[in-house]
Amino acid sequence: MPGPLSGDRHDYPRQRINRAPSPVLAVAAPWVLVMLGSLASLLPLVASAPVLPPLGFLFLMAWQQLRPGLFPVWAGLPLGLFDDLFSGQPFGSAMALWSIAMIGMDYFEARFPWRGFALDWLLAAGVVAAYLLLALTIANLAGGATPVQVVLPQLAVAVLAYPLAARIVGATDRFRLIAVRQI
Amino acid sequence: MLPPANRRPGYSRRAQYGNFLGYLIAFTGLAVGAGVLLISTGNSGAFSTGRTLASDVTAPAGELAAKGRTETRGVLATLGGFFTSGSHVAKLEREVAIARVQLREAEAIRHENTQLKALLKLAEQDPRPVAISRLIGSTSASTRRFAVLGVGTAQGVKVGMPVRSPLGLVGRVLEVGRSSARVLLITDTESVVPVRRASDGIPAFATGRADGSLQLRLINIGINPLKPGDAVVTSGSGGLYWPGTAVAVITELTRDGAIARPLSDPGSTEFVEVQPLWTQPALSADLPAPPGASPPEPQ
Repeated sequence: MPGPLSGDRHDYPRQRINRAPSPVLAVAAPWVLVMLGSLASLLPLVASAPVLPPLGFLFLMAWQQLRPGLFPVWAGLPLGLFDDLFSGQPFGSAMALWSIAMIGMDYFEARFPWRGFALDWLLAAGVVAAYLLLALTIANLAGGATPVQVVLPQLAVAVLAYPLAARIVGATDRFRLIAVRQI
Repeated sequence: MLPPANRRPGYSRRAQYGNFLGYLIAFTGLAVGAGVLLISTGNSGAFSTGRTLASDVTAPAGELAAKGRTETRGVLATLGGFFTSGSHVAKLEREVAIARVQLREAEAIRHENTQLKALLKLAEQDPRPVAISRLIGSTSASTRRFAVLGVGTAQGVKVGMPVRSPLGLVGRVLEVGRSSARVLLITDTESVVPVRRASDGIPAFATGRADGSLQLRLINIGINPLKPGDAVVTSGSGGLYWPGTAVAVITELTRDGAIARPLSDPGSTEFVEVQPLWTQPALSADLPAPPGASPPEPQ
């Protein structure tokens, strides 16, 4: 294939024989990426309305669709716990909702193992919509009184941001599998 | 496709047990999450230790991000200035000419004010800020509106203290960590601020609507005297918020009040100050109003 990449390869040949990916990087990168998504509240943005998509949740779903089985089914609990520390939702909201999402997506994976990106996106849109509405209900039960229309812009942003999250997850997947370790 | 009836990963007992254990932990985790959620729904202060600890740890990163936010805004404003500065300068010059006249008048009024206050023996109330900090983060993905401050108990911040920016009220402190604090913004639906109209003191409550605006509810229901463009300030009734802090400007009217836009946008303020708690002076307690008497109108 012609392109700048092949030229680079000739200039800087990467040794491929007796190299393997680093196991630490390969295992840790997915968890770290999801937790970075949960830290989005530290972004240089102080919002007066819910505008950001739930980035940690989007990353988790994108990992589940790209590499089913990479995260254990119970990963929703620890990752949700981390998200709850920063999200502002009542504590336990993400722990419960992310656990349900992981179990549900595991079931979906067994039922529809072969699917294209359009179906991935559709599934992600449905799960994100359910997640945001349930999170709103939980926040309202715990003292808020937010009407539903406040989350609709956020839902639209989240659905449109899913392909971007999937690209970031794909790039991280390639990064974590770079053969850096010498055997 | 129907999932295969036999979902065993193979003949390895180890793999089978591992698979089973994974699902067991997943459903236990779901139950644990639901239990924790039940506890924290009943008592929103539960588990606050973990939250404040986490915000203490991430506060330095938040400080950096907040600095970046200010600088980005500066760059954007500079770029925009190239296109709009001419008309801006002309407008500002007109406004300065008017403002000079009004300043002279205001000085006279202020002088008169001090004389009248001295006559009434009212002490000048000017709270010294407890701490000054940046807003280092906010819950931008949740429907609840919280922000995080870069100061905590180490700087003397306590729960309930009002937080304001130079432009107006921002919120009040909800949870305090060692070097960070969580602020309930006035735009949150749980926040209730007693306010009055700046011009004549009509009392109302301002509650957040979670979309960046406030709902004003009048205390005296009847004819709605509010008009778009009216400014409301805190009334100080009930304590907590210092009286006279600017809160919002009314944008549209509703049946029993109005919808207002907060004056201080937490996203565009660089520094906010934490004020000490306001307690109502004991004057009103010393002199109970006789029954049937109306409170004195401010002239």
